Amino acid sequence: MNRRVALVICFGFGVVMFAQYFSQHPLARGVNQAVLEYWQIIFAFALLLGVVSFFQNNVRQIRHGSDRPYRIVSLIGLLAMPVVAVIGRIGAGSPFLWIFENVQAPMQSTVFALLAFFVASASFRGFRARSVPAAILLGAAILILLSRSAIGGPLSGWLPDAADWIRHQPSMAARRAILIGIGLGSLTTSLRVIVGIERTWLGGGK
Amino acid sequence: MSGSLLLVIAATDPAWFDVDKLPVLIAAIVSIIVIFYATYHRSRRGKFQVREIAGLKAVEDAIGRCTEMARPLLFTPGWGGDIQRPTTIASMNILAHVAEKTARYDCRLVYPTHDPVIMTVAQEVTREAYAQTGCADRYRQDDISYVTSSQFGYAAAVDGLISRLKPASVFLLGTFEAESLILAETGNNVGAIQIAGTDSTIQLSFFIVACDYTLIGEELFAASGYLSGDDSILASVRAQDMLKVLIGLLLVVAVVWNTICELTGATEQSWWSF
Repeated sequence: MNRRVALVICFGFGVVMFAQYFSQHPLARGVNQAVLEYWQIIFAFALLLGVVSFFQNNVRQIRHGSDRPYRIVSLIGLLAMPVVAVIGRIGAGSPFLWIFENVQAPMQSTVFALLAFFVASASFRGFRARSVPAAILLGAAILILLSRSAIGGPLSGWLPDAADWIRHQPSMAARRAILIGIGLGSLTTSLRVIVGIERTWLGGGK
Repeated sequence: MSGSLLLVIAATDPAWFDVDKLPVLIAAIVSIIVIFYATYHRSRRGKFQVREIAGLKAVEDAIGRCTEMARPLLFTPGWGGDIQRPTTIASMNILAHVAEKTARYDCRLVYPTHDPVIMTVAQEVTREAYAQTGCADRYRQDDISYVTSSQFGYAAAVDGLISRLKPASVFLLGTFEAESLILAETGNNVGAIQIAGTDSTIQLSFFIVACDYTLIGEELFAASGYLSGDDSILASVRAQDMLKVLIGLLLVVAVVWNTICELTGATEQSWWSF
């Protein structure tokens, strides 16, 4: 019974949200706005659930002694930031903003910076010419890299043009083919969910 | 509702129907008709077979590897999507199948996510999968966890989990952004079998380089039917192929028409604007 109610709600909202997309009427815009606002409310409650789950999970793991230092740092961060925000506010010059700019932002930048090393190691593995397609990939990659570097233009006049051709013709054609597949896949998946053929999101079953 | 009727409504009150979106509506209605036709008339044509998809065929091996090595399986849906995204729903479908197998083989399933709503749905999907296999006692809610909504915080948290738990298999299925390669390379470093799939063409190239198997484009969405063997879902996969043929034909007609217009110099007069 509960599952049937969820399916009916899903179908109703799916049809309404599909229909409102094609209308500029204030009523349709209002429905769209209301659904978005309700979504925010649901998200806020789910976020609370997520934070409570995170807290309980970490406390339990600390008791068991697994990954204790990491989990203690996580909990300190989780508990300290709201306290600092409430006591010192979040405006310019506040301790909250100072921690954000001098602790959190640099840590995020550090993780992002790892990407440069990972790109290098992945490229090293990916660009081994073990087969004809891999050799073509390697050739195209070298061409693009050269054309985008400072020596690309002076080395040869046709190099940037060749690189642009690779990007705008074969590469773009393959990309669009994938995008068409993704678009159609998204459409059929959405329809399957709306009409109730796909029920895995409810935990599966019939 | 037909296009002409909508035009009549739009003429009466322009606000009720946005005429600029008429081509989108026609394409959507045609697609819906094709999907419904393929889904509800499937019995006449017999069983529909989906070609072998290496990435999905490897799911079983990946779970088996975790069981043999007594190491966990890590599944994450990426940072880019929320539960409304079809990619996330497709990822949930695969999660349900994976959870059934991990329950049966008594293999630990770890699912870190950036979105509390996804966490809640994933917990429900996993719990149900464990219950259906009769192994509800093996379900560990703590393993389906919310880590953080921050992109690189999430990347760091999942990276940490991969480095410490050393999962035998890593499933990166969902919507990924800049964190894709960070996670895939870390998984590669710990020697995990990696199966990835996303709807971002930019991140796909990273996955192809760093992962063992990559689900490209519609393969991710076909996974549910492929893994479950459900006729209704497989029929909708067939509808995707029918729509692809339609789009292909449309592209050929467009190219021929445009060429004729260019050759005859009738570009300005053409009723079909490219």
